[in-house]
Amino acid sequence: MQHLCKIGAIIAKDLAAELRTREMLGAMFVFALLVIFIFNFAFELRAENQRALAPGVLWVAITFSGMLGLSRSFIREKDRGSLEGLLLAPVDRGVIFLGKMLGNALFIVIIDCIILPVFVVLFDIPAAALPQLAMIAILGTLGLSGVGTLFSAMAVHTRAREVLLPVLLFPLIVPVILSAVKLSAAVLDRLPFAEVQSWFSLLVVFDIVFGALSFLFFDYVIEE
Amino acid sequence: MIEIRGLVKAFGSHVVLKGLTLHIGAGEFMTLVGPNGAGKTTLIRILATLSRPTAGQVLLGGCDLTADPMTARRMIGLVSHRTLLDDDLSGEQNLLFYAQLYDVAHPKTRVEALLRQMGLWGRHHDPVRTYSRGMQQRLAIARALLHNPPVLLLDEPDTGLDRHAAETLGMLLRQADLGQRTVLMTTHNLEYAAAWGERVAILVNGQIVSQIHRAEITLATLRAQYDQYAAPV
Repeated sequence: MQHLCKIGAIIAKDLAAELRTREMLGAMFVFALLVIFIFNFAFELRAENQRALAPGVLWVAITFSGMLGLSRSFIREKDRGSLEGLLLAPVDRGVIFLGKMLGNALFIVIIDCIILPVFVVLFDIPAAALPQLAMIAILGTLGLSGVGTLFSAMAVHTRAREVLLPVLLFPLIVPVILSAVKLSAAVLDRLPFAEVQSWFSLLVVFDIVFGALSFLFFDYVIEE
Repeated sequence: MIEIRGLVKAFGSHVVLKGLTLHIGAGEFMTLVGPNGAGKTTLIRILATLSRPTAGQVLLGGCDLTADPMTARRMIGLVSHRTLLDDDLSGEQNLLFYAQLYDVAHPKTRVEALLRQMGLWGRHHDPVRTYSRGMQQRLAIARALLHNPPVLLLDEPDTGLDRHAAETLGMLLRQADLGQRTVLMTTHNLEYAAAWGERVAILVNGQIVSQIHRAEITLATLRAQYDQYAAPV
């Protein structure tokens, strides 16, 4: 229970700081929106069936905007010196990881919630698909933020920290992007769940396994 | 209270602390002076559990820092030249956040009392980034004292402060029941070290080269010893 309170405190702190500045959410939102608009216009001109490309566009927008938030997560703390304050507290490193990871996931989910309706409108997708797309977005976001938080903590101690995160993270999250795109496409094509169950399982297993591994390794990467 | 035995810290091939041994008694105020690169901040970071020693042992009230860092962290308050606070949050938000992490009882009352003690209550809703350097350092002291730690580590707390702000800082630290706490302060200011320390140690090249006890501490003796050991070659 105490651990839960501390996880909540870390999330609330990050949220309160973000609400004061809006620097991270603002950048993530504008970036995600730009990706969707640009791809939409580009495919309207060139692709015959833009709906077939829509899942890919959605996940490029989510992944790249998520990367912006993840890269700022620890850099912000490090630059302001508050990372040491956090590490100085008598709190298990795993609690800090979960607080930061869930905070990062929350920011990406907020962006998901804003861009999904825009995506549905621009790509002419039935609104009935929205709840299923939202569920896939949440599962994908958890996978992205789990590993992303670990690598963000790892990269923060390096010189090329903002460049290093995407280089480290993108190869590892290929299963998340692939399965999320396949699942989103299945929702748009109204395929039976049985046909994409293996992709769903892959996404859930990735979230659990890589979330647990990130939790375990966080202690080693966060200290110098 | 603080027992340091054969402490070694190396960054690759560069050895910063070279078998440092030091004992600081309960309730003692010790100041540590030394030139840049002597290892003062490295020592403080190890004592604060922010860095792991390469070799040697550090005991804090009998608790081994490496074996049980969680218990040690409850016993430590750290004030450094950085505030360790989130400057987008208000002073009150920052302290309430840390009060939750340190399981402080009645956090709101404790936070208000500390902010009043530090003369910051009038600005408790303002973001920390709008505070002056002196105010930020007073808030950093409030954060360090929040959980009433028996050990206070002060790593060049007067850095960047003008004379008036440094005097205010000193006065506030004196009010913070220092007699009940074990304090280790690093500083470049010999005047400050001589006035405050019950014992002053000179750290040069990762080793304690001299210690001056209360009865012998004067600014003149400290300067003479410092020049003897720490003067650039």
